[in-house]
Amino acid sequence: MLDDVDRRILRQFQASPEASVAELAERCALTTASCWRRLEKLESSCVILGQEAIVDWQVLGFAVEVSLRVTLDKTQTTAFDEFINKARDVPEVLEIQTFLGRIDVRLSVIARDMAHYQDVYRTRILSLPHISDIEALMHVARIKSDEILPI
Amino acid sequence: MMDLDEVDHNILRALMSDARMSSKALGEKLGLSQPATWRRIKRLKDAGVIKGRRLLLNREKLGLGVTVFLGIKLATKGRVSLEDFERAVSAIPEVLSVEHILGLYDYRLKVVARDIPDFERILRRRIMTLPGAGQVEANVLLSEERRRGPI
Repeated sequence: MLDDVDRRILRQFQASPEASVAELAERCALTTASCWRRLEKLESSCVILGQEAIVDWQVLGFAVEVSLRVTLDKTQTTAFDEFINKARDVPEVLEIQTFLGRIDVRLSVIARDMAHYQDVYRTRILSLPHISDIEALMHVARIKSDEILPI
Repeated sequence: MMDLDEVDHNILRALMSDARMSSKALGEKLGLSQPATWRRIKRLKDAGVIKGRRLLLNREKLGLGVTVFLGIKLATKGRVSLEDFERAVSAIPEVLSVEHILGLYDYRLKVVARDIPDFERILRRRIMTLPGAGQVEANVLLSEERRRGPI
């Protein structure tokens, strides 16, 4: 189980993932050695899963982001797996999420501009299997995106 | 917009799966010298292509068993200030991300909670009481995967 010190470390680490162990230790009022041991333990127990670089797709020229909310034809028992497998092959798909609710799957799709989006939508998305309905939400702005967990 | 070559793509791909990789280890993997790798990473960071990193934590092990996506429609458009709504919703610690969207809903929120009763508490006490919050649709996240995108 996590204690208060672990939670303190995770809070600080989340806020600045680039911090070194020494910097982290200082912010948590710990010695570097004990901070390092705790980080090791948090990793070996899979509380910390890793770190990923965040790429800004807008800077790379992908100005359009669309959220596609898909309802699948669930009379086909393999609908979810087949749909997701095929969706993985579309490079413009950034996220695949499955849900319990009114919609089944959500795809986050990026494109260079509207013409490119239309092309991706028509040739790659509409040909995915078992779709019974699609709803598109156009992304306008990201107000909060730090994904910082309340620990 | 920045033009990237195949080497940059390889660097981005590697850092998206493990941001902690050193320029030495990355260089060895890609057959580049450490200084050359370091310069390329620096260039990607300076241009804003890499805009930071994210610590990946195991939500379940942190006691956050439920993730819900909420679609929120503002009740009386024009009467509430979008800034007021955005400021208030961003201040809720359980709200991990806020996106302004066009379509069926005005905002998309990602909310984490310990369990369903905890989610209900957040929804009733914090979300429904937001200035201007109208119709709300909730979808409980079952699975989520991030793809590496078109690079």
